[in-house]
Amino acid sequence: MIQMTINGKQVQAPEGLSVLEAAKHNNVLIPHLCYLEGVHQAGSCRICVVEVEGARTLQASCMVKAADGMVVKTNTQRVRQARKVLYELMLSDHPRDCLSCNRNQNCEFQHLGELLQISDFRFEGERSRTSIDASSPSVIRDTNKCIMCRRCVTACNEVQGAGILNVQGRGFHSTIGPPDGLPLGTVNCSNCGQCVMVCPVGALGEHDDTDVVWDALLNPKKRVVVQTAPAVRVALGEEFGLPAGTIVTGKMAAALREMGFDDIFDTNFTADLTILEEGNEFLQRVTAAIKGEPAVLPMMTSCSPGWIKYVEHEFPDQLDHLSSCKSPHMMLGALAKTYYANRIGCDPKDMTVVSVMPCTAKKFEITRPEMFFEGLPTVDAVLTTRELARMVKDAGIDFTKLEDEEFDNPLGFSTGAADIFGASGGVMEAALRTVYEVVTGREIPFENLAVEPVRGLSQVKEASVTIEGCLPEFDYLEGVTVRVAVTSGLAGAKKLMKQIAAGTSPYHFIEVMGCPGGCISGGGQPRPTNKAVREARMKAIYAEDAGKPKRKSHENPFVNQLYAEFLEKPLGHRSHELLHTHYVERGRYNERVKK
Amino acid sequence: METVVHKKPTPETEAEKRERIVAMMQEYQGQTGCLIQVLHRAQEIYGYLPVDIQQLIAETLDVPLSEVSGVSSFYSLFTTKPRGEYTIRVCLGTACYVRGGQDIVKKLRQTLGLELGETTADGKFTLEVMRCIGACGLAPAITVNETVMRQVNPDKIGRILAMCD
Repeated sequence: MIQMTINGKQVQAPEGLSVLEAAKHNNVLIPHLCYLEGVHQAGSCRICVVEVEGARTLQASCMVKAADGMVVKTNTQRVRQARKVLYELMLSDHPRDCLSCNRNQNCEFQHLGELLQISDFRFEGERSRTSIDASSPSVIRDTNKCIMCRRCVTACNEVQGAGILNVQGRGFHSTIGPPDGLPLGTVNCSNCGQCVMVCPVGALGEHDDTDVVWDALLNPKKRVVVQTAPAVRVALGEEFGLPAGTIVTGKMAAALREMGFDDIFDTNFTADLTILEEGNEFLQRVTAAIKGEPAVLPMMTSCSPGWIKYVEHEFPDQLDHLSSCKSPHMMLGALAKTYYANRIGCDPKDMTVVSVMPCTAKKFEITRPEMFFEGLPTVDAVLTTRELARMVKDAGIDFTKLEDEEFDNPLGFSTGAADIFGASGGVMEAALRTVYEVVTGREIPFENLAVEPVRGLSQVKEASVTIEGCLPEFDYLEGVTVRVAVTSGLAGAKKLMKQIAAGTSPYHFIEVMGCPGGCISGGGQPRPTNKAVREARMKAIYAEDAGKPKRKSHENPFVNQLYAEFLEKPLGHRSHELLHTHYVERGRYNERVKK
Repeated sequence: METVVHKKPTPETEAEKRERIVAMMQEYQGQTGCLIQVLHRAQEIYGYLPVDIQQLIAETLDVPLSEVSGVSSFYSLFTTKPRGEYTIRVCLGTACYVRGGQDIVKKLRQTLGLELGETTADGKFTLEVMRCIGACGLAPAITVNETVMRQVNPDKIGRILAMCD
């Protein structure tokens, strides 16, 4: 601990913090803007300036390390005036169309203006004029609104290691964007949306598809099917003022029904289905390897479309490691337009499937030609958690007052194993619960089925499970130790992929989610998503699992019914047609696709 | 005036230039912070830095392309468009500015029919401005390729251009 003086008071703070963080630790608020918890680098906005005794000029408190004996003043007249001038200069090159901006009331720049009590536009000068980049089906860039805080640059380069966004140009004419002024939709962007998550203003947002969905809902000829991802139900409430981690599954189902969706299905159902398909695919690969047949290991999960596009760009020669399973919502779309449409006598052409996802990358995923079936898209529109919240507000629904309702069957029932898909490690845990039991006939030997080593927010997590007491048909697996790894965020994925490319990977099965922490912090989730919010959502995910009567995917009765009535068996002919896919070698700069 | 203006080096094929760039970058293997140096030398070889050359550099140095393009678009001496056979740069640093740099720019724009940053249709001249080149004692100064011209005024422009062929 260090001793310092802030505004005349003696305070203590742990070593290694910035002055801003040390002040926060002592409940002293220093107004700030570009600061990004955990990974802050740039110190570009200077809003957080303070007086430090002995320093000639004002210091950016986010960049200066707190030191023993330091004397800091955070609210002198000099500091207050500097903050205001800095804010007003930024404001002079900002559109000020707050009422019609999608960040209205949820804008950090707007909040800061209120905090600093700005009451006047004193500076009028030249304004940046750039056009909106709507080339990507996932992320829209409106650099007119950009305040050059560089948070997105940090998220893209330091957090994700993707390096798509950087400062281009110089001085007043500089913009944040992809190289050489290229539109985002043409470069090697994974569409993960972590840039969107940290943007304090309306410069980065998702491609809005709410109008497409309203049109379908208002069209009496359309049967509109909706499905919701596991991570949406633990985050949607935040958009209506509920604390992070509030589980709103029942209210969400009620709201969707009230908005006019015909079938309220659950992506969790196909998460369970994914475990059966992917688990069997893994067993098949391991069996082949043990028998000395050609088999590509480690196998890697394929639920996260941001991760998929990333690996197609960065490691196009390693795509055989990916499971061929489609992501769960694509599976549900394919089943809705075949199995379910047939069951209710609906022409798939008259059906619209909408996915509510914590994700921006899924907006790109549904446009992939491999995802079409018999000339039709299998999912017609993806809404982020934020877009659904906007539609609920637009519909005039008082969300927090809704009575809980249930999902519809046959594509709405799920086990606890499906819920945990929303947090990093969940797919692995769900797969282990099922695979271990299929092979041995016994439950996985972890207390209360919780595979703790793969839970939590660490970048790379490892576990190993030794298979003992196999059922007779799996006796060749007796004594085999399965080594697994789990990572979330593209920087972690890159580490594990480099091992694979070098032939040194010690693992058999790897789960990768494109966003740090998994879908709970996906690019389509409510803002802000910081460490405390992530932890709260993660806790809610595991609580949802623990509260379910069935917690293993292979015990889902509707999944078993689906196999009996339609799919026949995991990895069968129909599964391959509807639930599995292939990947595209894109090349590091998208060049293999461009040619 | 005894000054000699050097033409750009004899034409090489694009493939030869790329090869030279690849060979040059081997000197920097494993080094960090060499991006500006590499861009500078690549531009010397290739004449300019189109996006595919930036891509080659990004891939070899394992730096994001957006960072390479960020650096090359920050410094005015890097260009992503082909330059003419002779690049004329007018210094507009403080000393050259007060001694009539702007008049020289005006005269060159009229004579060559170019805006700043543009190249003549025949590919002969490119017109640019630059900040102080440290030749304040020679102000106002211009450079033609690597050659510095001292105490230039609008009347001397015709003669300077005539030296270039």
